[in-house]
Amino acid sequence: MTDTATTAPETPKKTTLTVTIDGVAMEANPGELLIAAAERTGTYIPRFCWHPRMKEVGMCRMCLVEVSGPRGMSLQPACMQPCAEGMVVDTKSAMVKKAQDGVLEFLLVNHPLDCPVCDKGGECPLQDQTLTFGPGESRFVEEKRHNEKPIPISDLVLLDRERCILCDRCTRFSKEVAGDPLIHFINRGNTTEVNTFPDDPFASYFSGNVVQICPVGALTASPYRFAARPWDLDQVESTCTSCAVGCRVVVQSSGDEITRLQGVDSDPVNWGWLCDKGRFDFEAVSSPSRLSAPLVRAARGAAPEKVSWSAAMTRIATALRTYQPSEIGFIGGARLTNEDQYAYVRLAKQVLRTDNVDAQLADGLTPDAWLGFPKATINDLATAGAIVLLGPDIKEELPVLFLRLRDAAVTKKVPVVEFAAAPTGVSPYAAESVRYRPGEVALAVKAVMAAAAGSSAERQIGGVEADSINAAGAILAKAIVSGKKVVVLLGRASMAEPDRAFVEAALAVSAASSDVVVLPAMRRANLHGALDMGMAPGLLPGRVTHGEGGAWFAAHWGAGPSNPGLDTAAMLEAAAAGTIKALVLLGADPVADFVDRDLAERGLMGAELVVAIDTLPNASNTHAHVMLPAAGFGEKSGTTTNLEGRVTVLSSKVSAPGTARPDWMIATELASMLGTDFGYETVGDITDDIAATVPTHAGATRAELRRPANADGIVVPVPTEASTPSADAADPSVEENAEPRPPSVAAPKPLRVRAVDGVVPQPDSYSLRLITGRVLYDQGSIVQASSSLAKLARPASVRLHSGEIERHAMHPGDVIRVVSQTGELALTIEVDDHLPRGVAFVPWNLADRGANTLINVGELAADGITKVRLESGRS
Amino acid sequence: MPAPTKMISTRWDQADGHTLNGYLRTGGYEALRKALAMNPDAVVDEVKAANLAGRGGAGFPCGTKWSFLPKDIFPRYLVVNGDESEPGTYKDRLLMERDPHQLIEGVLIASWAIKAEQAFIYIRGEMPHAHERVAAALNEAYAAGYIGKNICGTDWSMDVVLHWGAGAYIVGEETALIESLEGNRGMPRLKPPFFPASKGLYMQPTVVNNVETLANLPWIISNGAAAFTSFGNEKNTGTRLFAVSGHVKNPGVFEVEFGTTTFRELFYDFCGGIREDRTVKAFIPGGGSAPWFFEEDLDTQLDAGVVGGKGSMLGSGAIVVMDDTTDMVKAAWRLVKFFAKESCGKCSPCREGTNWMEKIYRRILDGEGRPEDVALLLDVADNISPGLTWPPKQTTICPLGPSAAAGALVSSIRRFPVEYDHYIVHGRPIDGVSTGIYRPSLAPAS
Amino acid sequence: MSRFNPANLERARELLTHYPRAKSATIPMCHLAQEQDGYLTEEAMAHIAELVGCTNAEVYGTASFYEMFKFHPVGTYVVGVCTNISCLLVGGEELLDHASGSLGIRPGATTADGLFTLEEMECLAACTEAPCLQVNYRYENKVTHEGFDRIVADLRAGKRADIPRHGMLGAVRQSIPADRRAGVKAI
Ligand SMILES: Cc1cc2nc3c(=O)[nH]c(=O)nc-3n(C[C@H](O)[C@H](O)[C@H](O)COP(=O)(O)O)c2cc1C
Ligand code: SF4
Ligand code: FES
Repeated sequence: MTDTATTAPETPKKTTLTVTIDGVAMEANPGELLIAAAERTGTYIPRFCWHPRMKEVGMCRMCLVEVSGPRGMSLQPACMQPCAEGMVVDTKSAMVKKAQDGVLEFLLVNHPLDCPVCDKGGECPLQDQTLTFGPGESRFVEEKRHNEKPIPISDLVLLDRERCILCDRCTRFSKEVAGDPLIHFINRGNTTEVNTFPDDPFASYFSGNVVQICPVGALTASPYRFAARPWDLDQVESTCTSCAVGCRVVVQSSGDEITRLQGVDSDPVNWGWLCDKGRFDFEAVSSPSRLSAPLVRAARGAAPEKVSWSAAMTRIATALRTYQPSEIGFIGGARLTNEDQYAYVRLAKQVLRTDNVDAQLADGLTPDAWLGFPKATINDLATAGAIVLLGPDIKEELPVLFLRLRDAAVTKKVPVVEFAAAPTGVSPYAAESVRYRPGEVALAVKAVMAAAAGSSAERQIGGVEADSINAAGAILAKAIVSGKKVVVLLGRASMAEPDRAFVEAALAVSAASSDVVVLPAMRRANLHGALDMGMAPGLLPGRVTHGEGGAWFAAHWGAGPSNPGLDTAAMLEAAAAGTIKALVLLGADPVADFVDRDLAERGLMGAELVVAIDTLPNASNTHAHVMLPAAGFGEKSGTTTNLEGRVTVLSSKVSAPGTARPDWMIATELASMLGTDFGYETVGDITDDIAATVPTHAGATRAELRRPANADGIVVPVPTEASTPSADAADPSVEENAEPRPPSVAAPKPLRVRAVDGVVPQPDSYSLRLITGRVLYDQGSIVQASSSLAKLARPASVRLHSGEIERHAMHPGDVIRVVSQTGELALTIEVDDHLPRGVAFVPWNLADRGANTLINVGELAADGITKVRLESGRS
Repeated sequence: MPAPTKMISTRWDQADGHTLNGYLRTGGYEALRKALAMNPDAVVDEVKAANLAGRGGAGFPCGTKWSFLPKDIFPRYLVVNGDESEPGTYKDRLLMERDPHQLIEGVLIASWAIKAEQAFIYIRGEMPHAHERVAAALNEAYAAGYIGKNICGTDWSMDVVLHWGAGAYIVGEETALIESLEGNRGMPRLKPPFFPASKGLYMQPTVVNNVETLANLPWIISNGAAAFTSFGNEKNTGTRLFAVSGHVKNPGVFEVEFGTTTFRELFYDFCGGIREDRTVKAFIPGGGSAPWFFEEDLDTQLDAGVVGGKGSMLGSGAIVVMDDTTDMVKAAWRLVKFFAKESCGKCSPCREGTNWMEKIYRRILDGEGRPEDVALLLDVADNISPGLTWPPKQTTICPLGPSAAAGALVSSIRRFPVEYDHYIVHGRPIDGVSTGIYRPSLAPAS
Repeated sequence: MSRFNPANLERARELLTHYPRAKSATIPMCHLAQEQDGYLTEEAMAHIAELVGCTNAEVYGTASFYEMFKFHPVGTYVVGVCTNISCLLVGGEELLDHASGSLGIRPGATTADGLFTLEEMECLAACTEAPCLQVNYRYENKVTHEGFDRIVADLRAGKRADIPRHGMLGAVRQSIPADRRAGVKAI
C-alpha cells in the first residue's frame, strides 16, 4: 500500500534498459512495448487497435513511429516493438507525422463522420485524433461503403458496421479474454466486417466490454444508446456491488439518473472488465418499483399505507423496547456498506444486546470458514502452482473472477483442479474436473489429497473414477512441491448440500501444505464486510468471537450481547415457535433466498413484528409490518469489502428516490431513539470509527482510502507499514483516525477455522440427488428490476441426463413434478448429458417458487443431501 | 541465339512424366537416396554452395534461409508455397501438373536437410488439376515407400500432406500462407517477431519454400553444387523459368540460364518478337507487383541484382509485354484493381488506400477525372509506401499495399503523364491506344 | 442444406489425421462441404466447427475470407473469365463482355436456369494462354468468342464429362495408407 520505492528491496544489477524517445533517454523494462514505455514516460503515441490488456496485432497502423534498426531509421508500429537497449525512437518526425495523418485519412474515407448523432461523440478517440492530428476537409469524393445501420449482435449490443474501423479489439476480446469467439471478422479486404454467425448471437456474459473498448461508436449498448450524450455526463469512481469481486467502476449520470457504468482498470481486481450484470443492472436504481416512502401495515396481509419516517421509526422503536434481547433478530445485510453494517451491528449487539444477527441465509458457509483460512488475493491466481475449485460456478456467480481465473489457466498455464458435481463454466479450462456424487465432495477431496500424498486410488470414491482422482492428485502433488501457492476457491457449490461438506473438503486440502491459501467464492457483494463487522451469531467486529473480543468491545462500546445468538435458520425456527417476536430484514428476502422456503414462510408468519429495510419490494415484504425505503447503489457513499478482504470506496452519484435514506442513518437514528448516541454525523465518521475500533481495519481510514496509492483499495488486515503516512500526502480536509485504543485491553486474536465432521449420504436408488446453483440472470429483485437484463433470465427447468429421462419414461420438454420431502416444483425437462446419472439440476431462484421449495434444513443436516423424485403430470 | 537450358522442365513434354514410372525411368528419386546417405547438414551445405536463390519472388538464398532455423527447437515444418497467383506468373502450376514427383523429391530432400517433422504442399485452390497430379504422385510415392514410414528403407519417417487453398492472392505471402494453413483467415503476420524460421506454423520453426525452388533440389543433389553453379553467373546460379505473356508473337514459359539471357533475347528470339512487329512500350520484368521497364531496358540481363539495381525486380519470373498500342492508364488501373481486390484488409493504409486509388482510376477512365487526381493518386500512394521508391517502404505489414502504390501506378504516371492528362481533359485515352475501353456494364453485380 | 453425409464425414475425419492441429483441416473440410452441396451451407459450417473444435463464427470467418467459398447456391457451372493484365492485353475484358452478353447475366450473377454463374477472375496462372477462363476451375485456353459459345453449348448439351459440377475440387484425393503413415504428432 505504500509507494514501492521505500519498500522494494534494492536490486543490485540493472534490470531495465535505456531507450531514447524524441532525444530523451528513458528507462524501459525488458519486453515492454514501445507504445507503453512511451506513454509511461509522458509521450502519447496515437493508437486504435492496441489495448494494454490484449495481445497486440499492429493492424490500424496509427502508432507508426521511426525506430532505429540495422538499416537505419524505419517506420514501425510502436505497439509491436519491444523496447531494446539503445533503441532510438522519433515520434514527431515529418515522416511520422505524414504517416499518421495518412492513416487517419484512410480510416476516415469510409467512416460516416456522423459524430453529431453518435453515442461516442465527445469521447471518441477517432474524433479526438482527427481534431489533433487530422487533415482538414476530406479528399475522398467517392461513394462511401454502405451497410445496414446498427444491427443487434446480442440482446445488449448493437453494431454499426459503417463506423467500424476494424481495429480487432472486440473480436480479440471475445476470443482472448472472454473465451466466447462468437463475433469475428467476415469477408476480406475493404468488405471486411465484424459479425456473428447467422442466428448465433454474441451471447456472452461479458459482451458489454466490447462497447467500452470500441475506439469508435461502432458498438453501442442497448441500455445506453441515446440515453445520454457523453458531454452532459458527469462521473465518479466507485465499486460495483453486484457481486463480491468488487470491480472498480466509474458511475456516470445525466440529470439525476445513472446512465452508464464503465470498468476501471484496477490491476489487482478487474483489469477494466465488467460482466454484463454489473454493467447494466444500474437500471434497477431508477426502477419505478423502488421503495420511496415508509410503509406500514395495520395488520399482516392488510394493504400497506404510506407514513412519515417518524411514525414508522416510532412504531419500530416502541415495539423493540418491549422485547427481550433474545426475542429480536436481524437477518441479512450482506449487500450493505461496511458503515451500514457496523451501525446495525452496534444497534443489535451494543444497543439491543441481541446476538441474533446473521448476514447469511443458510446459503453460505460458517463465518470461521469464510474468514479463518490463510487468505489469497485474486492476483495469487496468476502465480499459483495450482488452483482448486471447491465452490459454485464462478462464471455464473463471480464473472470477472472467472475472467481472471481463465487468464491464469490459459495464458499463465496454471493448472485448475475443479471439484464439481455438475459441469461449470470453468470446466473447459480445468486440467482435471473431479465429478463427485452430490453430498460426497469431502470423500472425493480426501481421496485426491491421499493420491497427492502418494497413496493413489484403486477404485471409485465419492462417485469419482480412480483415474480422475489420481490425475487430480498428481497435479496437486506437483503444485505442492513447487513451493508456489495453492489457491482454493471455496464456496457453497450447491445449496442442496450442507455447508460443512465443503468446509470439511477445504480443511482436507489446507492440511496438505502451508502454501494453501483460500479465496472465498462468496457472491453477495459485501458478505465479507458483513462478517468483518460481526454480522453473525457469536461474532464481533474484526473477525473475533465473543470470547476473544468481548472485553475489547465492552471497552469501546460499554456493552455487548447478553448471550450467544442464533443463525438465520435458528431465528426462523424460533420465530415460527414464537420465541422470537421481532425480525428485522436488512435487504434480505428469506422467502426467495433462504435455503428452506417453507421454514422461511413459517418464520415470517410467526413473528409479531417484521421490519423490512430494502430498496425494492420482494417476496418477503408481503409479511412485513413496516417497510423502510433504503438508499441503494449510486445513492450513498461509504466503503465495501470484496472477497479478498479489499476495502474500496463507494461514491454516491444520484439522489435516492422519495425519502429513502442510507441504512447507517436508519440504524443511527433507531439507536438514539433507544437511548444511545453513536455520534455519527457523516458516513465518514463511521469509516474512521471502524478504523479506530476494529483491529483488522486499523489504518483503513478515510484519509488512507483517498490516497492515490490506494486507488485499488486496501486489503485488510492492513500491513502495519501502510498506516505510516508517506509520499503522496493524505487529503488534509479529513483528520487522521480518531480515538486511540485503550491500552488496558490486548487486541483480540482473529478467528481460525474449526474442524467439522460431515455425514456420508446413504445411497437410495429410488430418488435422485438434487443439485442447485445460481445463474447470472435469475429472478433476483435487482435483475428483474433491470429491464434489459430481466428478459435474459431463462425459464426454470430441471436438467437431467437423457438416461434418467428414459428411465423415468419421460421426454425432453415435458413439464413434470420434482418432489421432495418438503415441497414440489412443476418444471420443464431439459436434457444435459454432461450431468451424471442419478442427479437432478434445478437452477436457484429461477422459478417464481425457487429450488428452495425443495430443500429442508433438517434433511440437509441429517442426510447431507436433498433427495427428489420425478413424477409426471401437473399436480 | 541462346537455347533453352533444361534442368527442371525436362519431363514437361514426356507423356508419362507425371507418373512414378515415368519419373523413375528418368532417374527419379536417385537424388533422395543420395541425400539420405548424406548427413542433413551436408545437404544444407550443398544447397548453400549451389547458391540457389528462392524462386518465389524475394529471391532469398535457400540454403541461408534453412540455416536460420534455431538449433534444436523441434518440431519444425516445411511448407511448400504453391499458391502461384502473382499476375503474369505461370510456372509452379506446370511444375506441379507435369512433374509432381520432382517436386515431391525436392520436398523430401529439403525435409531431410532441415529435419522437418512434417511437410505441407499448399496448392492454390483454383488449380484442381495440379491437386490431382500431386495427390496421385503422393499416393504413388507413399505406396512405393518414398514417403511415410521408413522412407527408402531407412529409419527416417515423415508425412507429406497436400493442402488446398481457396482463392486469396495474399495467401502467397509466407506468413499469410501459414495462417491459412492453420485454418485461419490468410492475414500476414508482422516480421519481426513472426519470422517463419523462428515462429512459423503453430509458432514452431518453419521453412516456406516456393515450388520452383524445391524442384531444383534433386538436380543439385544428383549433379552437385559445382555443376549447378556452372550455369548462370556467380550471383544468379542455375536456370529460371520465365513466363512471357502479353504482346509477343509466341508467348510461353521458358527455362533459361539465370542471369545471362537478356529481355530482348527472350522477347525476340524465344517469343518471335512483338505482335505485328510493333515496338515495346513498356514491360513488367517480374510480376504485377514490379515497377515497369521500357524499351531502353530491353538489353538488361535477367539478373536479379541488375534488375533490382534498375529499380524493379525479377520477382517470380513473370514478364508481361505491352506494345505501343497499349492504354497505360488502363493497364495500370487493372493492376491497382487487382491489389485493391486482394488486400487482406488488415492494415488501414492498404485496405482503404488501394480501394481509394482504384476508385480514382475508375473515375478517370469513366471520363470524370479531375485535374488534381494524378497528384492525389501519388499522394495516397505515398501514404501507403512513403517515398514511392523500390524496394518499397511500407506503412503496412506486408508489401502488397506498397506494391499497388510503388509499382505500375508510379511507373505509368511518371512515364506517361500525357496519357493521364488526356483522359482527364478529354475523357478518353490518347489516340491509337486501346486494350478495350472500360465498360461500366461490366461492373460486378452486387 | 446439410451436414456431412456419412461418406464425407468419413473423409472429414480422415482429414483431421493429416494435421497436428484440427483447425488446420478447416479449409479442406469447407471444400468437401462445398463439393457435397455445391456451396457452403450454414449447417455444414456448424458441423465443421464441431469437428475442428471452434465456434461457427470462426469457421465462417475463415471461409468468407476466400473467393472460392460460396454462401449461396451458384450455377452448376461457375464460369470465371480472367481479366488481369496478361489476359486484358489480348482481350480478356472483351471476352468477359461477350460472356456476359451471350449468357445474358452480369458478372456475379447466375442464369435463370441455374446452370451458369459468371465471374470475373484474377490472374489464373495461364498467362501465356491468354485470354483464358475456367469452368469450375477447369482451364480453357486462348478462348475466342466463338470458342466461348461452343463451350457453353457443349455444357448445355452435357458433352463435357471432363467438367464436374461446381464444388468438386480434385477428382483424385490424397489418401495416406494406414500402414505407410509416419504418424502426425499433435501439437
Ligand atoms: C503479396 C505477396 C504474394 C506472394 N505470393 C507468392 C506466391 O504466390 N508464391 C510464392 O512462392 N511466393 C510468394 N510470395 C513470396 C513468399 O512470401 C515467400 O517469400 C516465398 O514463398 C519463399 O520461397 P522461396 O524462398 O523459395 O522463394 C509472395 C509474397 C508477397 C509479399
Ligand atoms: S499490406 Fe495489405 S495485404 Fe498486406 S497485410 Fe496489410 S492489409 Fe494485408
Ligand atoms: S495501435 Fe499499433 S497498429 Fe494499431
